[in-house]
Amino acid sequence: MDQLPSSYLAPDVVLSARDVVKSYGNTHALKGVNFDIHRGKVTTLFGENGAGKSTLMKILSGVINPTSGTITLDGKPVHFANSTEARDHGISIIHQELSLAPNLSVRDNIFMGREIMTPTGVNFAEEARQAQLLMEELEEEIDPLTPVEELRLGQQQIVEIARALSVDSRILIMDEPTSALSASEVEVLFKVIRDLTARGVSIVYISHHLEEALQITDYAVVLRDGNITATAEARDIDLEWIVRNMVGENFDLGSPPTGYEFGEVALSIRDISVPGALPDTLSVDHLSLDVRAGEIVCIYGLMGAGRTELLECVAGRVQKAGGQVLLEGRDVSRLTIAQRIAEGLALVPEDRQRDGLVQTMSVGENLSLASITNFVRGLFLSTGLERSLIQQSIKDVTVKTSGGEAPIGSLSGGNQQKVVIGKMLATHPRVIMLDEPSRGIDVGAKAEVFKLLAERAKTGLAVIYSTSEVGECLSIAHRIVVMSRGKIAAEFSADATKEEIMAASGEAVVA
Amino acid sequence: MSNTSQTLQRSRSGLFSDGFDIGQMLLKGRAFFALIAIIIVFSFLSPYYFSVGNFLTMASHVAIYAILAMGMLLVILNGGIDLSVGSTLGLSGIIAGFLMQGVTLKALGVTLYPSVWVVVVLSCALGAVVGLVNGVLIARFKVPAFVATLGVMYVVRGIALLITNGLTYNNLSGQADLGNTGFNWLGFNRLFNVPIGVLVMIVIAIIGSLMLNRTAFGRWLYASGGNERAAELSGVPTKRVQILVYMASGVCAAIAGLILSSQLTSAGPTAGTSYELTAIAAVVIGGAALTGGRGNIRGTLLGAFVIGFLSDGLVIIGISSYWQTVFTGGVIVLAVLLNAVQYKKRAKPAPKASPQQTGKPA
Repeated sequence: MDQLPSSYLAPDVVLSARDVVKSYGNTHALKGVNFDIHRGKVTTLFGENGAGKSTLMKILSGVINPTSGTITLDGKPVHFANSTEARDHGISIIHQELSLAPNLSVRDNIFMGREIMTPTGVNFAEEARQAQLLMEELEEEIDPLTPVEELRLGQQQIVEIARALSVDSRILIMDEPTSALSASEVEVLFKVIRDLTARGVSIVYISHHLEEALQITDYAVVLRDGNITATAEARDIDLEWIVRNMVGENFDLGSPPTGYEFGEVALSIRDISVPGALPDTLSVDHLSLDVRAGEIVCIYGLMGAGRTELLECVAGRVQKAGGQVLLEGRDVSRLTIAQRIAEGLALVPEDRQRDGLVQTMSVGENLSLASITNFVRGLFLSTGLERSLIQQSIKDVTVKTSGGEAPIGSLSGGNQQKVVIGKMLATHPRVIMLDEPSRGIDVGAKAEVFKLLAERAKTGLAVIYSTSEVGECLSIAHRIVVMSRGKIAAEFSADATKEEIMAASGEAVVA
Repeated sequence: MSNTSQTLQRSRSGLFSDGFDIGQMLLKGRAFFALIAIIIVFSFLSPYYFSVGNFLTMASHVAIYAILAMGMLLVILNGGIDLSVGSTLGLSGIIAGFLMQGVTLKALGVTLYPSVWVVVVLSCALGAVVGLVNGVLIARFKVPAFVATLGVMYVVRGIALLITNGLTYNNLSGQADLGNTGFNWLGFNRLFNVPIGVLVMIVIAIIGSLMLNRTAFGRWLYASGGNERAAELSGVPTKRVQILVYMASGVCAAIAGLILSSQLTSAGPTAGTSYELTAIAAVVIGGAALTGGRGNIRGTLLGAFVIGFLSDGLVIIGISSYWQTVFTGGVIVLAVLLNAVQYKKRAKPAPKASPQQTGKPA
């Protein structure tokens, strides 16, 4: 990695996107975005989940193609058919989800797909030497022959970065590179970033850790709902500016339902721990929480804060390491998922496609799945009873569909989510937990989902939902619980400010 | 579209869709049209093919495969595979033969001759036990279905060979004075001129259809085959469903074994070798997806008839058995190809439904 030619060092725009639009059917992930990457500088892209950050980065790195718009590299319009072509132009991306082969060694991962060849085969010795040099550069003591699966997540991230560095990238896109890194690893990464920019490499940086990102960046660009809302140089702005532009004027997601008293404690989580991905770690760390009948509690936290693990543990999906779950005073900790549902504890999982829906079944069959035993008369299902439930559910949760027999894949994301919620509501739960219920659905559907939950809460249903979008905390929730590293970091009432909540989650904490 | 149960069935690769697209109709009803084509072609080629007598004879051959295939369908709907059914079929016949020869209890100095219904029940129970072993290995110990049932396939075949020392039981008719006659009834008798084996197949088909379409278990099976994680989070006892389908498959194999050994009036330890593959082929030709969640009894029956009528037809017109193998293989490959075409189209949202769906307020 020698010094790049001096022409690269001019402080101007190396890559620019103009009027980039990306649509998936009726949903528009990007609505005409203009974005510049400055030579030898760090440009950070800020935005909430679903704002379109990852989509934009995938377009710039050739992973996906824009619906319309142009991309200009060094003043010349370019078109990348795939990520390999983008890489040949010197653009590399480090994805949020690691793309390493866990069974292969560090060396093999770094050179995967572009092995150094000799006439007699792969030159493993040379690959190992270069891998070793990269590891030294990244101040990471990893033997290049170690299988990746034996590394810590943070070290795996380093390998991913090493792979991007090894192709002499001119533009390096890092999507949430620090989410799995320890504080010292983040420092090393920042040092590497400064070295790279000094050599003329342009960095695009995406992170939810705002203050951390503000430390390293030269330019800040804020994306919201598929539009660029603000652009500034880092020296002119502060944390508050970012938050203000990220969140913007909120679409009204409702307010906490009032005019009734909460009932008894419906769900009591006592001292729950959940083992983490690595030995001797806890993804949920001795957490306790009480939710009363009719109360709506929002659990806010960053990715990896332990929200999903907590909810899945309470639902019975994930084994706990310790603690108790009481449902209306009864200990349900030892029950199966099915028994907990029968007792009145329902979970709407985070990943609709993976955990929520049966894609091979119709809308109606999905809606009645969790409560199917209620329609058994004698040996057989009563078609009439089932049909009336399906019609009732479609009406109650306002699913827009041609009917119960429509294939589930014909619905939009928001309507699919309503089907999953309707399915669990049909079991007549006392407590419903929703893990990121607004993920991947448009703002109108979001408001409808929240309205639905608020109405149910009035009838005595205890509602817990998790979110990583601060705007959604300050909607229907009576109480906001902020989770960080498996623990409750803070609790707020409905009149908290966005800044308070974000600060408590660790977003503003410097590594 | 007035009746939900009808339309729900339609959504699972029904035989006749209500669309008017000829291509779609041919694609969806391919097993049915293939069967019609086979019957027409062989009726032209041989004067003996098209007769009620021949159809019933062929149907009694088909019954063996069809019963195996219906058990296999349940497993495949769950997203699994059961390679042990051929061996279970063989062992079931052997156990029946073993019991029919009389069981000598040395300690008591007596020889017991269980009556035929006891033999049948014990054989079926044995099939259930083999299925239970498969199911527990797969559901509890997370052994991949392919490997678990492959192992059980060898073990069961080995047990059958050990019991008989490799020999065949030839006397299954029993003796009137011992009160254990009647085993031949299964393979030779006819009710209303229909072979008993075919009737058993029909009864199993009716029970299977009712179970799949009209019971909670059926819905659980489709759901856990379609998306096991989602089914589990919806409160479906996915492990119990998984174990039960392998047990059902084992029982079906045992029943098929009884009928086959009765038809042949002998029980050999190698009976049913490679039948599991024919059963899988019938399920696939019937339009079921090997990934689980899609398929039905009607399609599987058609699949079994396609294979059976094709191979019997080739025998009748005197084509070498080597060619039969080639033809059967070709049909299977074609079926899988068409399955891929059908499910690829399904994966995308139906374009016809979209204007309705956006335009009509719920």
